[in-house]
Amino acid sequence: MTETALLSGPYAHEKTSVGRTMRLVIIALLPATAVGLFQFGWPAIYLFAVTVVSAVFAEALALWLMKKPQKPFLLDGSAVLTGWLLAMTLPPWAPWWIGVVGALLAIIVGKHVFGGIGQNLFNPAMVARVALLISFPLEMTQFLAPQPLLSAGAPGMLEGLAITFGGSAQIDAVSSATPLSHIKTELSRGIGVDQALQDTDSLWQLTVGTASGGLGETSALLLLAGGLLLIYLRVISWHIPAAMLGTLAVLAGVFHLVDPDSYSSPWFHLVSGAAMLGAFFIATDLVTSPVSVRGKLLFGAGCGALVFIIRTFASYPEGVGFAVLLMNACTPLIDHYLKPRIYGRDRKGEPLDYTKESGDA
Amino acid sequence: MKLFKIRGGVHPDDRKARSADRPIENLPMPSLLHIPLQQHIGAPAEPLVTRGQLVRKGQLLARSQGMISAPVHAPTSGRIVGIGRYPAHHASGLLVRTITLKPDGYDEWDDDCKGEADPFILAAEEIASRVAQAGIVGMGGATFPSAVKLNLRERYDLETLVINGAECEPYLTCDDRLMRERPHDVRDGVLLMARALGVSRILFAIENNKPQAQQAMREAAKDFSELQVVGLPARYPMGSEKHLVQALIGKETPARGLTAEIGVVVHNVATAAAVNDALRHGRPLISRVVTVTGGSVTQPRNLHVPIGTPLDDLIAYCGGFVDEPAKLISGGPMMGQPLPSLRVPVIKGSNGVLALSALEVRHAPEMPCIRCASCVDVCPCGLLPLSMSANIRAGSLEASVDLGLLDCIGCGSCAYVCPSHIPLVQHFNYAKGELAARQRAQHKQGETKRLIEARSARMEAIKKAKRDAMAKRKREMAAKKAAEAAAKVDGTQAAEAEA
Repeated sequence: MTETALLSGPYAHEKTSVGRTMRLVIIALLPATAVGLFQFGWPAIYLFAVTVVSAVFAEALALWLMKKPQKPFLLDGSAVLTGWLLAMTLPPWAPWWIGVVGALLAIIVGKHVFGGIGQNLFNPAMVARVALLISFPLEMTQFLAPQPLLSAGAPGMLEGLAITFGGSAQIDAVSSATPLSHIKTELSRGIGVDQALQDTDSLWQLTVGTASGGLGETSALLLLAGGLLLIYLRVISWHIPAAMLGTLAVLAGVFHLVDPDSYSSPWFHLVSGAAMLGAFFIATDLVTSPVSVRGKLLFGAGCGALVFIIRTFASYPEGVGFAVLLMNACTPLIDHYLKPRIYGRDRKGEPLDYTKESGDA
Repeated sequence: MKLFKIRGGVHPDDRKARSADRPIENLPMPSLLHIPLQQHIGAPAEPLVTRGQLVRKGQLLARSQGMISAPVHAPTSGRIVGIGRYPAHHASGLLVRTITLKPDGYDEWDDDCKGEADPFILAAEEIASRVAQAGIVGMGGATFPSAVKLNLRERYDLETLVINGAECEPYLTCDDRLMRERPHDVRDGVLLMARALGVSRILFAIENNKPQAQQAMREAAKDFSELQVVGLPARYPMGSEKHLVQALIGKETPARGLTAEIGVVVHNVATAAAVNDALRHGRPLISRVVTVTGGSVTQPRNLHVPIGTPLDDLIAYCGGFVDEPAKLISGGPMMGQPLPSLRVPVIKGSNGVLALSALEVRHAPEMPCIRCASCVDVCPCGLLPLSMSANIRAGSLEASVDLGLLDCIGCGSCAYVCPSHIPLVQHFNYAKGELAARQRAQHKQGETKRLIEARSARMEAIKKAKRDAMAKRKREMAAKKAAEAAAKVDGTQAAEAEA
């Protein structure tokens, strides 16, 4: 026998590994990422590369500090994915150091301080995103209308370098508020939703990804497709996305019906900002979401409700990052109270008693 | 028939095709048989033969002792060459009491082995008693004495007999072949068990990956309206007794209870065939069908093997190994036991011997848990394997018990899907074993304490008795002295008076 350890079975295993799970998530992110990189051109490509490379570097550094083996943890793809997700939420033309600081925050503070992969309470990418937003509000809110690669007026390779690494002021010329923040501003000026919507990206633009927004957040359709792929491949389950988007849509729908002038439509809520990315790729983060079906439904619904509340009533135009972090904090509690029912036992954990039941019937 | 939904489960690659089309072959009689006295759950059998004695095929070698036990019979005629200790058919490879028999080559039946031409005239008690005498145990691997289960009619209100032909473990095909090749014997065994149990409804459940077996059993059962063959979706662990019953009748067995509490008794296909052989032909359980397969076996086969045959002989008959196997397993790959060597005998519960290649085992280094909850999704018992395992690792076994550790059936679905390759079942088995050991230690401690207290009470009583006796003696002495003194005084007084 080549394997002499007499461990208990099973002596067969599904073709699965942590690395495979991470790779599948990355594959599902590819289309939306490609569209984002294309829409926002060279500066976005540089920022994306800097963020992902910094995340891997930060992972290597943390592993070295923690005296953990490098190879298995670097190759599992988790650091790449964290960097990737963070980059997707950044303003596309943000300076390089936003990516670097974000990656360090995500990997070191968000993940390794808690003990590394599987141990973190909060989604690392969202920890970094929220920390960046609070620390560097200017850089983190400078969005722009798409400048597709090779289109007239889009920065070339070298101009892109200047924007990302050189502190070029070119972004001021093209900056454009995201639809969510545009509506927020207009509402505060007493202009109704209907009218405000006319000056910003259309629902169709938001759906296909030709709107202003985070680097990879804009194409709701491709993010949805990627999410459905992950559900089909059973990497994630449908519960969190469905509960999150469903709650967001229902709340938005109710408010919109009551007062369409002050509240945007559910459709707008679903396709704008980080709703799709958040529902399928961020809230579903395996480590920081609950494990049971009922827990996932509650978690998703909580995320959806918080997103709506923050977008509508708080001072920030977008709330996915905050919503997910707040619900992450509830995950241990949810897991403690919402467990699956054990076979042969009732919900309280007592053995089933048929004599009682038949007496009732 | 409408089936009910069961929770969780996995779809492992079943790899049954390698041996499913190989008819059952009789293994040539080996040169030595090692027959362990404990091949079942319960008390080991007590030997009745001595070294050097000649025995005949089917002769009782060791009688059952206790309520839950099973006798052991001679698989062939020959001479007893030893009653000693031999490696067990178990992961530990510990030495256990074993009778070694050297076959004489004549394979002569004992005169006492007589069957009934029509066993269906026998009373329920008689059927159960003959099943007990034949040493029949659950042949699906659990090896619980079958007669004990047949006698459940005395304590429970039974309605249904379920025959477990799911054979949901990958690789194994011995039950499949038995149903295809001996459907009438299996059917008669089933009907006899139903008679012993006094039930009028029989559900014969076979997974849909065995269409020929389903066909053969339907054909054999067509004149028996009480016997219904039911197709089950192929999913592991469909053959888990409690889940099978739930799928068929829609009721869950209460936790830590028996299926009999909801009116159902489950028996295995091979057990049914053995019951038929015992009642109709008077043959005790002295042989069984074993699937020998796995990527490292040259020619996978289904073999009819005398109990006690060393596994070496089975592998040799199948052409040996193609390459060095990564794992040797007794049973299926999901719940089977690792074997330390092939120097162990076939026992009543051996349904398969697997020699798996590294490619099949797909062993990978363990990674940290990423809380993906795959284990929660597939657990057929609704447990949280990841939390149980984390608690066990942290040393809080009680917390894992609170999470339902003792409701775990050890099916291994969780470990099968774990992307981090965490040996979850190993953790659970460790915790179950450790808890049992602690319970024993605690029991022992309690007993010791009780005995010490009893002893000190006894010593105290003895001391007290001694003290009392001493005090009594003292009092008597004092009384005597006083009396003497009084007598003396009396005497002087009397003398004085006299004077």
